[in-house]
Amino acid sequence: MNPSENADDSRPGVSRRSVLGGGAAVAVAVPLLVTGAGAEAAPVAEVASADLVPIKVEVNGKPVSVRVDPRTTLLDTLREELELTGTKKGCDRGQCGACTVHVDGRRVLSCLTLAATVDEREVTTIEGLARGDRLHPMQQAFIERDGLQCGFCTPGQIMSAVGMVHEGHANSDDEIRERMSGNICRCSCYPFIVDAIRDAQKVMR
Amino acid sequence: MRAYTFTQPRSVREAVAHAGEGAAFLAGGTTLVDLMKLDVMAPTRVVDINRLPLRGIKLDPDGLHIGALERMSDVAVDRNVRRDYPMIAQALELSASAQLRNMASIGGNLLQRTRCGYFRDVTTPCNKREPGSGCSALTRINRTHAILGTSDDCVATHPSDLAVALVALGTDVHLATAQGTRTVPLDTFYALPGSTPHVENVLRPGELVTGITVPRSMWAANSVYLKIRDRQSYEFALASAAVAFEWRGRTIKQARIAVGGVGTTPWPLPAVERALAGQPATADTFEAAVSTAADGARPLSQNAFKRELLRRTLVRAFTVLAESR
Repeated sequence: MNPSENADDSRPGVSRRSVLGGGAAVAVAVPLLVTGAGAEAAPVAEVASADLVPIKVEVNGKPVSVRVDPRTTLLDTLREELELTGTKKGCDRGQCGACTVHVDGRRVLSCLTLAATVDEREVTTIEGLARGDRLHPMQQAFIERDGLQCGFCTPGQIMSAVGMVHEGHANSDDEIRERMSGNICRCSCYPFIVDAIRDAQKVMR
Repeated sequence: MRAYTFTQPRSVREAVAHAGEGAAFLAGGTTLVDLMKLDVMAPTRVVDINRLPLRGIKLDPDGLHIGALERMSDVAVDRNVRRDYPMIAQALELSASAQLRNMASIGGNLLQRTRCGYFRDVTTPCNKREPGSGCSALTRINRTHAILGTSDDCVATHPSDLAVALVALGTDVHLATAQGTRTVPLDTFYALPGSTPHVENVLRPGELVTGITVPRSMWAANSVYLKIRDRQSYEFALASAAVAFEWRGRTIKQARIAVGGVGTTPWPLPAVERALAGQPATADTFEAAVSTAADGARPLSQNAFKRELLRRTLVRAFTVLAESR
């Protein structure tokens, strides 16, 4: 975990986020290169890394248009551009599950998803689960069952658990453990996480 | 991550026109994005193929056809796959995590890179990543490395579970370039490391995997994929076995077998298949058949245990199949 994670909004001076945000605004004017590609093919936009790719995404039900470096992950776009910092950067290598979000309803790792590939798709993050002040049943169950200590992995755990219930594979404790194995909890709250998911899936059904 | 040009073609023709030396196709991204961050892979051009029409899971008289962009989780839950090719569904569900299975494509799975820690660490020598730099695993940490198909230049284990099942079932891989298409049997698709471990398969520059065909057979429906690993879930195999039997009464008419976690490629075991053919499904038959399974193995300082683990994994897989008959 980045030790400055919780200090993002309170740090004095120039923050990492404001630098990146400024960079994006400047780069909006960079034109796209268009090259011919194949005799019958319609031209395919060819984008150098210095250029930004325009994407339209529905994030938590709201349409969003941003321009992203083709190397930028969905995780960094959510956190740095859209300021949705509920989704956490743990390993940034696809191994810990902290960055789990839903793309078109499927649970995926936002750290291994390039933002440029989610154009025209729907993204749901932890911020999009609750309905107003009413928590999602999975969020409520994690609180009631004490399914967290430090809480850093919790957004990923909850997004993954909701995805698993929708997949129809939360029918026993063993199945929950197997299908949640991609979400690591360094505080080792696993027994309470299983309890929470078992409770929530009954409500969600 | 190094800079690259980025394209999102909508047809195979466009995609292969954009490919070639220095280019990488992007599907699920679970290997490529990871390795680009680590600077292990540094393509100058990334071709996002997710808009190509390489989808579909179809069963017909020739067999099972799977588009290269189908995701692992979707193939694993397909009704026909589960009924007629259970080892494929099992190999998929025992791979990675649920999130990764939702992302990773079938074509990409066949091309995933080794998990050798030295391959993934650009500060250490690795002949696969940097030809001629040397192999760190030969003399250092090598517990999870291969014992079969190794060379003095590379001992990296092939990581895919799915490929092991597909080799056992005689799968064909369909490929496309700007010059045309071709089909290659999966068991000749992968290259042994030899003195060129950076060459992992027969793909030509810019060649795209478009799909696979798993033939119909008398044994695919009676099949199992057994995976042995350090953790119960979300871990690569120390040893795995993909086994299919065709039965005649209580006798094994013929067997198809490949193993994973022990080889530099998915490793077929034709001698063990022959030793089972025509034999009754008994413990004695199984023990005798696996006696040659690790022949030719070249254990390293930390992985000699894999010889016996391989034999035990096979016997357990045979036993599971016999008991489920």
